Amino acid sequence: MIFQPAIIALLLAAGLSLAMLAAASPFAVQLIRHWDIGSGSERQLRLERLTYLFSMMMALVCGLQILSTLLFVFNADRMAVMFVGAMCAVGTLNANAYGFPALYAQLALFFLAAVWLAINRLDNQARDYPLTRLKYALLLVYAPLAALVLYLQFKHFIHLEADVITSCCGSMFSEAADTVASELGTMAPRRAIALFYTALGAAVLLALWHWRGAGRRAWGGLAVGASSVAAFFAALIGIVAFVSLYIYEHPNHHCPFCILKPEYGYQGYLLYVPLFTAAAAGLAAGVLTPFARRPSLATLAPRASARLAGIAAAGFALFAAIASVMVLRSNLILIA
Amino acid sequence: MNRWIEKQRHLIDFTASSLARRKGKSLGLLVVYTLLVFVLASVSLYTHALRNEATRVLAGTPEIVLQRLIAGRHDLVPPGYVEKIGRMRGVQKIEGRLWGYYYDSVLKANYTFMVPADRNIAEGEITVGPALERSRGLAAGNGISFRAYSGELHTFIVTGVLAHESELVSADLVLMSEADFRRFFAYPEGHYTDIALWVANPQEVRNVGRKLIDALPDSRPILREEVLRTYASVFDWREGMMLALLSAAILAFGIFAWEKAAGLSAEEKREIGILKAIGWETGDVIAMKFWEGFLVSLLAFLLGYVAAYVHVFHFEFALFAPVLQGWAVLYPSFALTPRIDGVQVATLFVFTVLPYTAATLVPIWRAATTDPDTVMRS
Amino acid sequence: MLELANIRKAFNQGRHNEYWALKGIDLAIPPARVSVLKGPSGSGKTTLLTILGCLARPTEGRVRLKGEDISGLPERFLTEIRRRSFGFIFQQFNLVRGLSAIDNIILPGYPTGTPRAQLLQRAEALLADMQLAHRRDAKVEWLSGGEQQRVAICRALINDPEILVADEPTANLDSRLSAEFLAILRRLAEAGRTVILTSHDPLVVESAVVDRVYSLRDGQLIDVRDVRRAAP
Repeated sequence: MIFQPAIIALLLAAGLSLAMLAAASPFAVQLIRHWDIGSGSERQLRLERLTYLFSMMMALVCGLQILSTLLFVFNADRMAVMFVGAMCAVGTLNANAYGFPALYAQLALFFLAAVWLAINRLDNQARDYPLTRLKYALLLVYAPLAALVLYLQFKHFIHLEADVITSCCGSMFSEAADTVASELGTMAPRRAIALFYTALGAAVLLALWHWRGAGRRAWGGLAVGASSVAAFFAALIGIVAFVSLYIYEHPNHHCPFCILKPEYGYQGYLLYVPLFTAAAAGLAAGVLTPFARRPSLATLAPRASARLAGIAAAGFALFAAIASVMVLRSNLILIA
Repeated sequence: MNRWIEKQRHLIDFTASSLARRKGKSLGLLVVYTLLVFVLASVSLYTHALRNEATRVLAGTPEIVLQRLIAGRHDLVPPGYVEKIGRMRGVQKIEGRLWGYYYDSVLKANYTFMVPADRNIAEGEITVGPALERSRGLAAGNGISFRAYSGELHTFIVTGVLAHESELVSADLVLMSEADFRRFFAYPEGHYTDIALWVANPQEVRNVGRKLIDALPDSRPILREEVLRTYASVFDWREGMMLALLSAAILAFGIFAWEKAAGLSAEEKREIGILKAIGWETGDVIAMKFWEGFLVSLLAFLLGYVAAYVHVFHFEFALFAPVLQGWAVLYPSFALTPRIDGVQVATLFVFTVLPYTAATLVPIWRAATTDPDTVMRS
Repeated sequence: MLELANIRKAFNQGRHNEYWALKGIDLAIPPARVSVLKGPSGSGKTTLLTILGCLARPTEGRVRLKGEDISGLPERFLTEIRRRSFGFIFQQFNLVRGLSAIDNIILPGYPTGTPRAQLLQRAEALLADMQLAHRRDAKVEWLSGGEQQRVAICRALINDPEILVADEPTANLDSRLSAEFLAILRRLAEAGRTVILTSHDPLVVESAVVDRVYSLRDGQLIDVRDVRRAAP
């Protein structure tokens, strides 16, 4: 265990997310059991009041995940000096088997919290709050995930011992290593570029079409959701396989984290902020479409879904544009 | 969208004016909040600057230092070792080094005596570090005498003072010629304190280290990256300890914030009741209270951070220095290089704004869900 | 305009001190008239007013505003309707101390996101209408009782509601100010606004301004009387 402030801060943030969700769970159960929108009883009024508290908590959990994901990556990067062979965040995350799973769990919680907030927003627009039960059932699912985040982080940190020989991003993505990540890294740039632009283009077009059509076709929304998820992964593959190379101007430096560092002018934020926004919005656009079947959401759900699709289209387009500019401005020549 | 922005502007207006109307309470919270940020930011800025300083200093040192061990203790490197290592692949330069400690009974302080490799010092002359310059009132051209461990008195002429930049390391340094050094400490001819090796390729350092152990089994190579790692963890650990000690303060702050938020005055309760009655929704009141927390946190964070910055980089961490600093009796009075970094700010944020937000969440919700008809029932 | 059907309201439901403040009320408030709820304290007239004014939800029964059933609406939507359709004047005036008259008046406009300039313009027109333009920037605690009452009326009108609700509005006013207040109500009703008040002040109940009186006792409506036949 390495005893240092950023780690304590991360555990504190994860613990707080868990504590909030855990404390909310009994109330969520109560809400699911006794919710009756038609009733004017005092219990119903109390439950309705509780929903405001839960919305606040979820917003905080969502914000916390963004903050702590950043802190997690940064801290991993800074701690790299403590591990032989580690040169950046990837090395620290690889120092034991819990590093990357912790990061993935955190991202998953972020996306789920964002989707919850989208559902919540939609639900709050309909006069009969039709999705309340669903929302709080979801909340019950999130609590274990928050526990998992805390568990993985804790395991990761407690098993960090300075001086463990780890692989750095250089060796992780080098051709010798036989992992999924290395396969992505060594994917021929041409193929990666093709995948990158095809997936992003498809996501942008589908989302635009859904947005223009005011979200009327249900399968359009589902297509936006699916294509957004696909585009998100294609974008990450693209960053590892070629965008980062152009940013570092180095043919073998594949790290998706170093681009966040001041040495590279924080360019990573320009990429990740629109990408994550677009992915979350696209995913939510897909999730919201089936709700159009409920009578009170028949017009509201398509509208909300179309709006989110618009955000997703803008985000993906912006991301693709920024990545393209970075590639074009680079001095590296990868494809003759 | 415009309406939304306009609404938020109204809410900010209202909350700013209500903070101003309750100066006593707002100020009390702000002072405590700022103080917490100040203390935590001071500790974190200081340890961070120390770590940077150490990294900067170590950047100029050799990649490997080879020591000879006898019975697990550091001993002099006997003659012939430098030659025995000879040419090794990847090693740019090898050098035997001479240095040692000297206890000055006048100042009751330890100096580091050293023979520099990169400059020539004539016999009978020395160059001193800034701390010595200050404490013994030395200047170029002055003479100074040291009593050697053998009892003889040696007199040197000070010809120069080292630059102040990396004072953390050079403060107590005395540089002299090899002949003077060997004479002063009665150091056997041909022996060295340790051997420094410079390796160009960082990937090669560990291999060179391994080869050194093979070639000279009675020696111990110390890698610069290991020293760096040790420093980093020592500083992190100290900062972590400080934070652990301060966690009581953070907790107390959380309780304080909770109380401030929960203990609404009758006047505030009445106000929220009025707002609810005349058409403010629970969400509007929550948004209004959110902006209140945002304004207070922003202000406290900025004030506390700037004050800590000034404290650390202009007043040399005067308040807490004895806790976190050093080992030598001669306190180096070094000016740290100001530096702010993202991890640090984010960490500080988690330790201050997060407890505040979490502690005020439920009280805000309670206040905001006041029944709109309360004002008609009083 | 505003119809109640079999409205019942309980407090401390399910506990030993459960208490039904309203026990089945049916009534219809006529538009553009002044209606008064009267009754002794504890008769449930304030509770009834909170339900009429969408400040609270009935435990049972239906509330219809212009034909639309709004009784089951959650607070979020009820507030929206209330903000748009109702203006409130309270017994204690309930102005926010420390704020100027004009800042108090525009408070109900904040959640609507109406630009400040527009709100100020409307508020100034209302103040001028109430002959209070000169007190625009005075802190409300420095205003006289009559002036506070008029500021409260301006605040109730800032979102241009169709219905004005007043709870014991003359309780803190002397006879002259009460008469002035009733004259203002008259003017508002003639301009097409529906006015609902609670009162046990005979000056109000017997005033010529009032169109209809609802008498309550023990949570039940015991009498409805049309006192003025003149159509607006």
